[in-house]
Amino acid sequence: MDAHSVDDIKKSVRTYMMIFGALMVLTIITVGVSYIHLPVAAAVTVALIVATIKGSLVAMYFMHLLHERKVIYWVLVLTVIFFIFMMFVPLLTNSDKIPGTTPGVIW
Amino acid sequence: MEIPYTVEVRPDTGLSNGKFGVWLFLASEVMLFAALFSSYILLRVGSVEWPHGYEELSVPMAFVNTVVLITSSVTMVMAWASLKMNDFGKFRLYLGATILLSFVFLIIKYFEYAHHLHAGEGPWYNTYYAIYFTITGLHGLHIIGGIVVNAYLWGPGAKMWKTAKEQFTNRIEIAGLYWHFVDLVWIFLFPVLYLL
Repeated sequence: MDAHSVDDIKKSVRTYMMIFGALMVLTIITVGVSYIHLPVAAAVTVALIVATIKGSLVAMYFMHLLHERKVIYWVLVLTVIFFIFMMFVPLLTNSDKIPGTTPGVIW
Repeated sequence: MEIPYTVEVRPDTGLSNGKFGVWLFLASEVMLFAALFSSYILLRVGSVEWPHGYEELSVPMAFVNTVVLITSSVTMVMAWASLKMNDFGKFRLYLGATILLSFVFLIIKYFEYAHHLHAGEGPWYNTYYAIYFTITGLHGLHIIGGIVVNAYLWGPGAKMWKTAKEQFTNRIEIAGLYWHFVDLVWIFLFPVLYLL
């Protein structure tokens, strides 16, 4: 086995259980907020913030990203750059309307 | 021929080859789902009308599925932790629970799909259902892929524990990375498709 001692792993198991609890609470919050029927822009913001927190918890603790090698961070930084680019391209196309056509509505 | 760097780390990356390979694979998976999320944004922003997910789909079913998938992520990481603590029995229990929960997820998804298809709301019905079936279908295929790998590691693949404990533990960690990624995708899919 590697540098992880049994005590270290036992400590990690306690952390996993706490993260599990946090993920459940955040899931309930996500669903609860959806029943308030906020305006779409606000609902999108809240839903994505909560989902990002949940996703980060999974990545940091379950996927052990908190204690990972630098090369993986660099791979992920590159991925995030391309990801953000891909997310914003559609919004650019939406702002470039053809005159005389029916404009789409945002949200 | 012996496969290099299955246990010991490569001097240049500081990682075993399998782990680095899976992270690169996951990076490509991020871009695959990004393309679909991007399509979703393009379709939604460009449409004159778009239905609310909570009016079209079953939020309680998706909520249960979210709980199921998060729980399966915990059992997956516990399977790895059990091997690290040299407890093969508990590993089998936790990985078995992960596989079982994966099936629960798929069964719930089956009922959800069946309901919509019987109501005539297939991918052909409108753009919303087209993107819903495409993204959740691709995610479902990832679940099936995870079940195949995890079932192999639970069954015949577990023989490796007797001969190469550390390598087997690494395999479980790597399978876990994939499984947590599948969970992570669902964490974003759930609010985007069902709640907005």
